[in-house]
Amino acid sequence: MKTRYAFGGDEHIFAEVSEEMSLEAFFKSLSMTTTVSDRRINGVTEICPANASFQIKYDPDVISPNDLLAELKEIEAEASSTENRIDTRIIEVPVYYQDPWTHDTVMRFRDRHQDPDGTDLSYAARINGFDSVEDFIAAHHGAPWFVSMVGFVAGLPFMYQMVDRDRQIEVPKYLRPRTDTPKLTVGYGGCFSCIYSVRGAGGYQMFGITPMPIYDPAQEISHLKDFMVFFQPGDIVKFTPIDRETHDRIEQEVANGTYVPRVRPVTFSLDDFNRDIDAYNRKLMEVLNAD
Amino acid sequence: MPIKVVSAGLATTVQDLGRPGYYHLGIPLSGGMDRFALRAANMLVGNDEGAAVLEAVFMGPELEFTEDATIAVTGGELPPKVNGRPQESWTSFTVKTGDILSFDFLQSGARGYIAVSGGIDVPLALGSRSTYALGALGGHEGRPLAPGDELAVGNGAAATPSGRTIRPELRRSPGEDVVLRMIPDIYWHRITGASQQKFLDDTWKVAPEADRIGYRFRGGNSLEFVDREQPFGAGSDPSNIVDGCYPYGSIQVPGGTEPIVLHRDAVSGGGYFMVGTVISADMDLIGQLQPHTPARFQAVTMEEALTARQERKAMLQQARNDL
Repeated sequence: MKTRYAFGGDEHIFAEVSEEMSLEAFFKSLSMTTTVSDRRINGVTEICPANASFQIKYDPDVISPNDLLAELKEIEAEASSTENRIDTRIIEVPVYYQDPWTHDTVMRFRDRHQDPDGTDLSYAARINGFDSVEDFIAAHHGAPWFVSMVGFVAGLPFMYQMVDRDRQIEVPKYLRPRTDTPKLTVGYGGCFSCIYSVRGAGGYQMFGITPMPIYDPAQEISHLKDFMVFFQPGDIVKFTPIDRETHDRIEQEVANGTYVPRVRPVTFSLDDFNRDIDAYNRKLMEVLNAD
Repeated sequence: MPIKVVSAGLATTVQDLGRPGYYHLGIPLSGGMDRFALRAANMLVGNDEGAAVLEAVFMGPELEFTEDATIAVTGGELPPKVNGRPQESWTSFTVKTGDILSFDFLQSGARGYIAVSGGIDVPLALGSRSTYALGALGGHEGRPLAPGDELAVGNGAAATPSGRTIRPELRRSPGEDVVLRMIPDIYWHRITGASQQKFLDDTWKVAPEADRIGYRFRGGNSLEFVDREQPFGAGSDPSNIVDGCYPYGSIQVPGGTEPIVLHRDAVSGGGYFMVGTVISADMDLIGQLQPHTPARFQAVTMEEALTARQERKAMLQQARNDL
């Protein structure tokens, strides 16, 4: 896995760690961007890890593009010998699958979808070889997810499921993007789940909704008072299916300022994970649910 | 409050030089799309160059002043008037308590920058007063101005005389022949050599979908992709990549048909390949393009991009020296 570097105009270096998505590529991107950040390189203004690539924005009046490129290559050479281990957090995200709000939006934009006679969930279940929507939903929340990128719009997490390649769910985006998506919709496109942080246009298939706010520019919601964006690249997410009653209760708790997301610190080792994925994921669940 | 918004224009927002440091969380830089004009407007009224101003697009607002102030309007040719009397643009002038600042129809360019001595005083959000409307962040309540809004002005600007001006040769307007210089790279190799040549030879036109997030262009040939098996996770269309970061100024071409150049409120990443990136020296120019303007892309080297950047800096320094 050798990184391909490119210049994004005179102010950015774009680094493609791998053309295809993998946890290895994401880890390399995260590790390299962490090192860039630790080195506090003069002139670097933005450090953005992405799924299988990353981007550095810099001021060419302070550091020459070629000097920065040389330093990134040096960091890459050193990174190959480091361990794929990070200290991160595991977060439970409650999801109300097949909720009435995203369902209503699903039906409103049927003419833009590959399967106008079905729903996003029935389509995704079928093309991924599941016998029923219920089985598909079980797979969606059955194993945890890595937040492999935060972006597109403010605070939106892209998540990659922590399973073997042959168990990865893949769905295309809508044929033509919708003009509307409810806030906090749990969506899916390519091999990534996402949570829409704001209401707006979108092309990902819609599976459900979470009552847990993830972006609050006013910083009034209790768990977003310290910072307006909840997710960071490297977070681990466990979706937990909830019903209408639980959804409404959480929504009320958020409004009352009493809702506290379940978040636990955890150390993740990619090498240990790869040795036995299912056993490792069970351990992660023990950390999440320990108390 | 010293400024009352009588009418708001089309999408007038509070902007400064932006909000660096949060792009990795999807929060873009924001800030004025024509930074030279923004800095110049502030210089003329005696503000710090990065003070917050109003950015008006296509149409000016109507503002009532309840305190005396010095004003400068720069950027596209959006002629200011005080109580109906025409004022020079790119030149400072004063308003008195009770005066109404309004604007004639836009004559060239796309965006006007309205600086008020003391600067527009809205709360800092993540270190900046710039409006990021998509994220309801910054500016005045995270949104474009609306009639009835009231704006505060900061203290501490030195009393600045009227009649300070930026000489005409330093004012950049798009002109007839718009050339956007770009460094071809990132995923340039994904299209064929013939298609690369056509992309640069074609004359494109700014589409109506042109805003602070990005400028769409149409009218050129569809791109021809180099065959490949799509990588895992990229999606099925040849223009798809595994979702990655988007540079400011990057030129993505969804489906290979209509290029989109991302600007200050850029979406920070996504799943479309990019043929290259417009150089920093030409980003201001994009902010002054109206829909239907013809434009071409010109490939340049990094050295040429850095030289152009220095030329822009020298112009800014010249404006400072003049004042």
